[in-house]
Amino acid sequence: MERDARVCVIGEDVGHYGGSYKVTKDLANKYGDLRVLDTPIAENSFTGMAIGAAMTGLRPIIEGMNMGFLLLAFNQISNNCGMLHYTSGGQFTIPVVIRGPGGVGRQLGAEHSQRLESYFQSIPGIQMVACSTPYNAKGLMKAAIRSENPVILFEHVLLYNLKERIPDEEYVLNLEEAEMVRPGEHITILTYSRMRYHVMQAAKTLVNKGYDPEVIDIRSLKPFDLHTIGNSVKKTHRVLIVEECMRTGGIGASLTTAINENFHDYLDAPVVCLSSQDVPTPYAGTLEEWTVVQPTQIVTAVEQLCH
Amino acid sequence: MERKAQTWVTLAYQEKPGSLPEGREGFLESSQPDMSKYLLLQSRDLIFSNFNWRELCGNPPSFLGNSPTLFGSRRFESIKSGREELDLEYENGGHQNQAMDFPGGRISFTSEMRFVSESPRERIPCYRVLDDNGHPIMHSSFVEVSKEEALKMYTSMVTLETMDTILYEAQRQGRISFYVTSIGEEAINIATAAALTPHDVVLPQYREPGVLLWRGFTLQEFANQCLGNKADYGKGRQMPIHYGSNKHNYFTVSSPIATQIPQAVGAAYSLKMDGKDACVVTYFGDGGTSEGDFHAGLNFAAVMEAPVVFICRNNGWAISTPVSQQFRSDGVVVKGKAYGIRSIRVDGNDALAVYSATRTAREMAITEQKPILIEALTYRVGHHSTSDDSTKYRLVDEIEHWKTARNPIARFRKWVNGNGWWNDEGESELRANVRKQLLQAIQVAEKAEKPPISDLFTDVYESLPSNLCEQEELLRESIKRHPQDYPSDVPT
Repeated sequence: MERDARVCVIGEDVGHYGGSYKVTKDLANKYGDLRVLDTPIAENSFTGMAIGAAMTGLRPIIEGMNMGFLLLAFNQISNNCGMLHYTSGGQFTIPVVIRGPGGVGRQLGAEHSQRLESYFQSIPGIQMVACSTPYNAKGLMKAAIRSENPVILFEHVLLYNLKERIPDEEYVLNLEEAEMVRPGEHITILTYSRMRYHVMQAAKTLVNKGYDPEVIDIRSLKPFDLHTIGNSVKKTHRVLIVEECMRTGGIGASLTTAINENFHDYLDAPVVCLSSQDVPTPYAGTLEEWTVVQPTQIVTAVEQLCH
Repeated sequence: MERKAQTWVTLAYQEKPGSLPEGREGFLESSQPDMSKYLLLQSRDLIFSNFNWRELCGNPPSFLGNSPTLFGSRRFESIKSGREELDLEYENGGHQNQAMDFPGGRISFTSEMRFVSESPRERIPCYRVLDDNGHPIMHSSFVEVSKEEALKMYTSMVTLETMDTILYEAQRQGRISFYVTSIGEEAINIATAAALTPHDVVLPQYREPGVLLWRGFTLQEFANQCLGNKADYGKGRQMPIHYGSNKHNYFTVSSPIATQIPQAVGAAYSLKMDGKDACVVTYFGDGGTSEGDFHAGLNFAAVMEAPVVFICRNNGWAISTPVSQQFRSDGVVVKGKAYGIRSIRVDGNDALAVYSATRTAREMAITEQKPILIEALTYRVGHHSTSDDSTKYRLVDEIEHWKTARNPIARFRKWVNGNGWWNDEGESELRANVRKQLLQAIQVAEKAEKPPISDLFTDVYESLPSNLCEQEELLRESIKRHPQDYPSDVPT
């Protein structure tokens, strides 16, 4: 926002209140309540508003108070955000960033535990990235803001409290690149967002048991970084996908297809995908825990795949 | 009788120099009806009256968005309930207080239980200047139009009508795939366009090609889009009549109803941030006012004090749904009040009235930085589109009546003829010329090349991503292998 006066934030309670997870804390004091704009409650409309502002030269960042609420903005996102650059013959660009907290939290209830990446992945014209660490959150956010395409940046409700030492100076990450978290030889584990931490926890156990997993945080959900993923598959010949999406129509489903189509010859076993069940997220803590893939399940899956 | 202009303001009032400023609220009256004398707290123009007012937020008002709190301090007071709503009289220890404080402000109470009626005894009257015979109504107030301007308006209306008639026929003959006419709404199209400047940003629904025509879009450019050829600015990607031209400040038409309304608010937000001397104008029909986007868009515009003029073409029909089944309010004009938006109802078939109302609305929107709603009453003479036959759900007599007796072009012609500015020879010459130009434009557009295959994949993103590259390769291979299965007039 300091670098470019056209950048602004639009959403509910982003200004004075600082955002539901304090992502925009103090920005209103610094940049004023026009550039950090609190809107009435109408997701489709403030998303539409941001699209109109973007077509008129601004670079808005739209915050969904919870990603799930952006389902109300589906019309604007799909029919306009993703489309208008194309249907206008390239005359109008829509450099918006749509971001917000999503994923399964701790007892937030079904409506606040949505994984929107599965619903949005088909929309042509948009890009999707998921951040998972303070380091990649900063880099991906900057990249998303500077991109001329509309980008949806998925943050996770349970990852806001992470602390990490990151460079003070400016750095921008590549929106389309995956992140190598742990190189290995035996198996490729592809994951993103919060599941990265469950995978790394499982990786500790696996290493103790003598396995050498390669863990890749895919980060770019649309398009997939098939270059990094492909190189890994060619090395290990086994793939496990660990995601938080529901089984049907999730990111894992698309990724499985992409890997099968492109790297079929390099696979020694079918691609295995661990996802959440096709159920709304229950409120009871114990039940909620079991709809999300746990480290023990990851360990078991790797052991099975590697035999 | 002169109306006093009133504005509700929250400002700091210093009783004596050196004392602490306190919050005060009250009406500031100006006896000038002229808009520019209004006291504006939250915009770039702050005009002081003879009080020693100082802005409550502590920073002097700075004009082009430098001030951290462009919206002033109202929001930072909002968490305290009503304490600041101090009545000056009350404070002076005056009479008994007949009002209550609630979040949202001071409100007087009544012990009589009375419901506000759902339907008014009288509907909001409709502003018109010319009678059905094109004579100015006695004592009507309107913005003067020069002979040149009036003739441009008239010839544009005729051009629009001719273009609609011919392109509709072209669709019937199978030369284009789809068309939507604006027959009966030419006055709204042209008169609103004439009242704007080229810098005003227009977000149309789809029945407003006249605005583009006024701004200089040529008949050839219209034909190119309808035929989806290589010269179409949309590169053949949208259906006919989904025009868009960034150089004419006319945003590309998007089919879903009312999506342009919140976008218009966003565009106005952008203009407001840049302090531009321009406004946004967005159009929609009576049907569009039922969409959620309409309600939220108007609400946002009011809260954000966005310089946008909302123009509703209330033409009585949303495909086959008459307005009586669309809403039960007194039309659309009353909805403005519900959102705190200044509104007017105007005779949409009276070009002079539409021109005056739009000119004034534009000035208000820009000077006062607030939205305005115009409900232009009219009639959709044509079918909804070429996919519709409206005689199936409405009476042919009704359509005929509006086509002839209430024709907006004929009415305006009577006025320009009456002024001695136009005559019947000019009329037939004009119509013949436009017809000829249009038929030629269609022929040229038909013969022109279609957009190439590569345009199927470009502009989805800023630059072509690898997956689309791949998909283009696959398609090209397929075409090479089976050329007989693909259209031959698409360049590869």
